[in-house]
Amino acid sequence: MTAPVSTSSVAVPALSPRLLAFALLTVGLALMLAYLVAFDQGALSHSGMYLHELMHDGRHLLGVPCH
Amino acid sequence: MRTFGSLLVRGLIVGLFAGLLAGTFAFVTGEPRIDSAIAIEEANASAHSHDAGSGSGHHEHAAEEEPLVSRDGQRFGLFLAASLYGVALGGIFAVGFTLLRRRLRTSSDSYAALGLAAAGYAGIVLVPFFKYPPNPPAVGDPDTITQRTVTYLLTLVIGLLAVWAGVAASRWVQRFGDLPWIRLAGGGAALVLTVVVAYLILPKINEVPDTFPATLLWQFRLASLGTQTVLWTLLGIGFAAAIDRRTPVAAAPKVVAA
Ligand SMILES: [Zn+2]
Repeated sequence: MTAPVSTSSVAVPALSPRLLAFALLTVGLALMLAYLVAFDQGALSHSGMYLHELMHDGRHLLGVPCH
Repeated sequence: MRTFGSLLVRGLIVGLFAGLLAGTFAFVTGEPRIDSAIAIEEANASAHSHDAGSGSGHHEHAAEEEPLVSRDGQRFGLFLAASLYGVALGGIFAVGFTLLRRRLRTSSDSYAALGLAAAGYAGIVLVPFFKYPPNPPAVGDPDTITQRTVTYLLTLVIGLLAVWAGVAASRWVQRFGDLPWIRLAGGGAALVLTVVVAYLILPKINEVPDTFPATLLWQFRLASLGTQTVLWTLLGIGFAAAIDRRTPVAAAPKVVAA
């Protein structure tokens, strides 16, 4: 077994409940953004199919099923 | 050490640039394919226009009606979509790096970032790609879009689980000998086994019409794979550069100076 990496030498802060809360919030917002690009059909954006059609080529080329 | 905010800002900015460049790659390699596919789609649509209910698709590019977004708008939208997708990935990547950094057995933050990007690329891009290769317009049955979306997301999650299983196995087999090839064989076997079992269980979906040109299909698929490869490669390298205090400021202007 390799010894664990010493804590002081890495670029990340120590884990804390506060950090985990921010991490969770970030992931939630990022997933919402990804959803808008990849899947939204007006439910979240309230733009009808406008956003869906605008993102159309990106969706295909980012590998997301479209039609 | 950096704060979470510092890591997050770097992830978001790197993601934005990675997405923008991936969008540029997609524009050059993928847009001509999408145009060709849409031409086929429109030819099919006008050939079937006498059929009742030909407009049942969840959306279509049929030329008869004024489209909601013009083709030029969609070409611009490609850059927007890729950039926003890059920002989202960059944010998630920064979180993943923050939470997993201490579990990665390397003293180098750069190797940790590159390893994490490789893992994300394998799980999120490669595993779904080989089971459900992406399709251009004119391929795909609108009635199965929900099923295809669910199975796509499922393969993505399974891909990440497979990578995790590979890492866990490579650590477990160390007890039999701490040699690089033992770790690689053990990890690789667990990853491949997980993926193969998932591939066998997941439903087969093939909606490519017999008449759709195979060359165009694969040109599109490779453009899509290339786009995502550019995105993940730049995300990994860019993040590694952006969090490294030794990175020359001139090489990564805003990110390091921020
Ligand atoms: Zn489409």
